Amino acid sequence: MITLEINGARHELDAEPDMPLLWALRDLAGLTGTKFGCGKALCGACTVHVDDAPVRACVTPIAAVEGRRVTTIEGLPADGSHPVQRAWAELDVVQCGYCQSGQIMSAAALLARTPQPTDADIDAAMAGNLCRCGTYQRIRAAIKRAAELGGAPR
Amino acid sequence: MSTSRRMFITGSGVIAAGLAVPWYVAGRWPHATSPGPLAHGPGLSPNAFVHIAPDDTVTVWLGKSEMGQGVYTGLTQILAEELDYDPRRIRVEFAPVDVAFNHPAMPMQFTGGSMSINSSYESLRKAGATARAMLLAAAAERWGVAADTLRTEDGIVLGEGQRAKYGELAEAAARFRPPREVALKDPAQFRYIGRPLRRLDSAAKITGRAQFGIDVMRPDMACAMIARAPAFGGSVRSFDDRAARAIPGVLDVKQLSSGVAVIATNTWAARRGCEALVVDWAPGPDPGLSTDVLRERYRALLQGPGVPVKNAGDATTALAGAARSFDVEYEVPYLAHACMEPLNCVAHVTTEGCEIWTGTQFQSEDRKAVAALLGLPPEKVAIHTTFLGGGFGRRANPRSDFVVEAAELARAAGRPVKVTWSREDDMRGGWYRPFGLSRVRAAVDATGMPVAWHHTIAAQPLLRGSPFGGFIPPGAPDPTIAEGAGDMPYTIANTRVDVHETATPVPVQWWRSVGHTHTAFVVNSALDELAQLGGRDPLELRRTLLADKPRHLAVLNAAAARAGWGRAREPGHHLGMALQESFGSIVAQVAEVSVGRGAVRVHRVTCAIDCGQAVNPAGVIAQMESAIVFGLSAALYGEIGIERGGAVQSNFDDYRVLRIDEMPFIDTIIVASDGPMGGAGEPGVPPIAPAVCNAIFAATGRRIRRLPITSSL
Repeated sequence: MITLEINGARHELDAEPDMPLLWALRDLAGLTGTKFGCGKALCGACTVHVDDAPVRACVTPIAAVEGRRVTTIEGLPADGSHPVQRAWAELDVVQCGYCQSGQIMSAAALLARTPQPTDADIDAAMAGNLCRCGTYQRIRAAIKRAAELGGAPR
Repeated sequence: MSTSRRMFITGSGVIAAGLAVPWYVAGRWPHATSPGPLAHGPGLSPNAFVHIAPDDTVTVWLGKSEMGQGVYTGLTQILAEELDYDPRRIRVEFAPVDVAFNHPAMPMQFTGGSMSINSSYESLRKAGATARAMLLAAAAERWGVAADTLRTEDGIVLGEGQRAKYGELAEAAARFRPPREVALKDPAQFRYIGRPLRRLDSAAKITGRAQFGIDVMRPDMACAMIARAPAFGGSVRSFDDRAARAIPGVLDVKQLSSGVAVIATNTWAARRGCEALVVDWAPGPDPGLSTDVLRERYRALLQGPGVPVKNAGDATTALAGAARSFDVEYEVPYLAHACMEPLNCVAHVTTEGCEIWTGTQFQSEDRKAVAALLGLPPEKVAIHTTFLGGGFGRRANPRSDFVVEAAELARAAGRPVKVTWSREDDMRGGWYRPFGLSRVRAAVDATGMPVAWHHTIAAQPLLRGSPFGGFIPPGAPDPTIAEGAGDMPYTIANTRVDVHETATPVPVQWWRSVGHTHTAFVVNSALDELAQLGGRDPLELRRTLLADKPRHLAVLNAAAARAGWGRAREPGHHLGMALQESFGSIVAQVAEVSVGRGAVRVHRVTCAIDCGQAVNPAGVIAQMESAIVFGLSAALYGEIGIERGGAVQSNFDDYRVLRIDEMPFIDTIIVASDGPMGGAGEPGVPPIAPAVCNAIFAATGRRIRRLPITSSL
């Protein structure tokens, strides 16, 4: 048994310690908002926060996050009121939506540490999050809009 | 608002709508095994598309799949317009398989061909207008007035001093016979159609709530992954599963038509189980096949005449007698769709039938294929469509590969099973945009004007052997091979376009914009070669060759003007353009590019589209952005190479796609048009590769004749 703190709740998971956090979240904890895209930290669809830092859950063994705070897309406000979510809705960012949990988690982590990001900051923080629908132009604009809306909620 | 409603007969009890809708008429889900996501309770369901509940919940049933292209919003907008109900308050459900949701001209339920909006336009308008007319009739009866004295306002029927919400009238309205004909709104009165509307699926997708196929969980469900042959057409000779079965969480191992499946309590265990399998694979039918071998085979074909799809004037004689000419070869690679959501499917086979949960573009054919596999009548197979994490054509598989395979495994497992494809399975699994070679021989006269054009194409067919095969005229080559080439809009007096239909063991499939993905590249690049040969500006030459096509000219001129064609630019920046008509829409793009040390940077893309009436202009703009990124990824990086009969690439490290730091700024213009309604999902893809390559030529004098660009520079 491994105990994880996910979105503020304790989860006792019956899993091998080398199981990637992604599969523990999706298959064991039933939190399917975090997506599988590549399995090799190449696409960013599985991005979650571990102690507020963005992490690719598909290559992070659960043993490595025991005792640390894991935040997934479900840990953001369910009413979509996080500034990043609000900006995403306002600028109509999503298309198929599959990569967007990861995009939003990467963007939220960026704004938490860099409240007024430059284009270069955005490139550096977001270049690991692929989107096949091509929503990048709106993602960039939405991150800037979220910065205006207050970045990370206090 | 139109008030001229035909009076219709008052019925007693629910009477079937004019549309043949078995599940609706029965008033319940037809599939014995399916509970249905929504039992049609009391209220008004005048047709398959809309339901109004007494609590005022309005639901629209979509027969089209939402894969990012925006039909969830656009189709709802159409219904909302005639129903007179704010689309933002309408609940959207994905429909089951039913003839009511078939394409009006094809007996299939599918999402593709950029046809969702235009092929549903009339039926959804009528669906909304019919429901509204019945609500008006119910109000008229209740208040003892004539229906044509009443009006509606966003979900409320209003009379002289009376008002009722649609929900309050729904049960009474259901007692009326749906009118055979209803008057539709005058487009000048539209409140929603033609105005930008924000996506209705945003809230679900920014909270992680949206359910994709891969997210489906069923009671007692097992998770599976499948070890698949490394070569196309390969098969299992034998396998040793001892190590796989020893992995904690692995429940069982089963051999399937498509490989060896490991069934486990979770996806990770299934994946580790697959890695631990020792499989002896029999090679495919062409084990020595490689990209180089294919190129040589196709090149040999191009030396001989193909089956003509266009033959105007006498291209051969004109070429021989022309002042200046060229004879060049173009090549495009196999391309994977690489949807962000890897393929997956949940299946449950019981003695009663089969239930499928997946993100599919091809509901009717998936149902048929599963029914055939299981020996069931199709109505015993229920398909529950989820959101699709990208489709791009891949999720409309001609053999329903990812669906049938899950049903086969679920039958063997005797419990619900979710099959998840690894990224490697998805990318190496075939069903690609075809590899193709083109040979273009063209000439100009002494004044520099084009006089001859002979385009020969060698590629695999897409429709032949698919459920659309019956649409190929007898004796004709597969129309997807030369679409956009045989019917290119540029008029050149002596034009011949001919086709060699090829066969390889590599399975191919429609890929966002289908044949236009390669024909637009070849036609628009070779046209620029002709401009250069004749000493003419690429824009001026296009204007001349499109002189009798006002819609094309308007689109071309809009893009050129916005991009500032001919204006001085930042040092090192150069422009290239392309125009393609596809799926009923005309798109022109101008790419602004710089090239430094072998690296191409696309700074800006100006895009103009004429798609006729744009139902949701915001959606059309989003689709242009999406298509340009999709096409640009392929143009710059996309290639599935073939070695030893299998695919070379396997994940996003060797199959690169565009990243945010490489993103050009995209500026889109929707050209006002009264032309017929075209598509939006695909037509933005074809022009981007040639526009960028033409800009690279302007920058460097180097002509890119083989994609991807990075392999040619």
